[in-house]
Amino acid sequence: MLNPDLVGRTFAGATSTTITAESIAAFALALGEPETHLAPPTFAITISLEQSQSVLVESGLDWSRVVHGDQRFSIYKQLVAGMQIQCDSTIESARVMAGNEIITVRSDLIESGETAVSSWSTLVFRA
Amino acid sequence: MSIFKVGEVLPSKTYIINRASLVTYANASGDQNPIHQDEAFAKSVGLENVIAHGMYTMGLVGQYVSSMAGSSSKVREFSARFTKPVVVPAGVNVELVVSATVVELTDEVARLEITATCNEVKVLGMAKAVILL
Repeated sequence: MLNPDLVGRTFAGATSTTITAESIAAFALALGEPETHLAPPTFAITISLEQSQSVLVESGLDWSRVVHGDQRFSIYKQLVAGMQIQCDSTIESARVMAGNEIITVRSDLIESGETAVSSWSTLVFRA
Repeated sequence: MSIFKVGEVLPSKTYIINRASLVTYANASGDQNPIHQDEAFAKSVGLENVIAHGMYTMGLVGQYVSSMAGSSSKVREFSARFTKPVVVPAGVNVELVVSATVVELTDEVARLEITATCNEVKVLGMAKAVILL
């Protein structure tokens, strides 16, 4: 069970990630996207999910029980190679349904002090 | 003037998901969970077979949205619920069929409601996107 005091808490990413041209191209090619120099709309997940995982595992949740429930992206600025991204994750909500714990984490990918992409992941930790 | 009309159903596209494409996505995304690659492991945790990463399916739908918008740089909002797993048996090309309806237009953006099915079963719920015109 997640400590309810953690709901609303923001965890700043410990390190920043530099987006590489190779990582964008590999992700775009895997999706059949011809524009291999632009991060596809779901690229932010490669940064945000790892940060959400480390926050939730450190908070005592068992990542081997997780199922992705839903996902949303707001894209304010196109991600491209060379950007240095700091990722902050906020636990927005947590509830229990039929023994499963349902947690929504918002991750903000911040570039030069401005949010480029916000990614909301709702994760279901099965009982 | 927009090239879209409210109520217009956009042309569908079909994407192929198979075991090889799951490995490619796993390597590109960093998500190496064995339920997406290892049949014995997937079955040991109660799944029918290997399943696609939800984010792979959503990523392919994102490609559809980008292609309708004209560029991935025009996608501003994108959301979906993972309602049904996409089961990927060995040696099978699973077809993901994606289409969308234009539900709202402003001077700047179009709002799309998206349908994604495999074997005529919806695999995403509440799939929506906002694209720049």
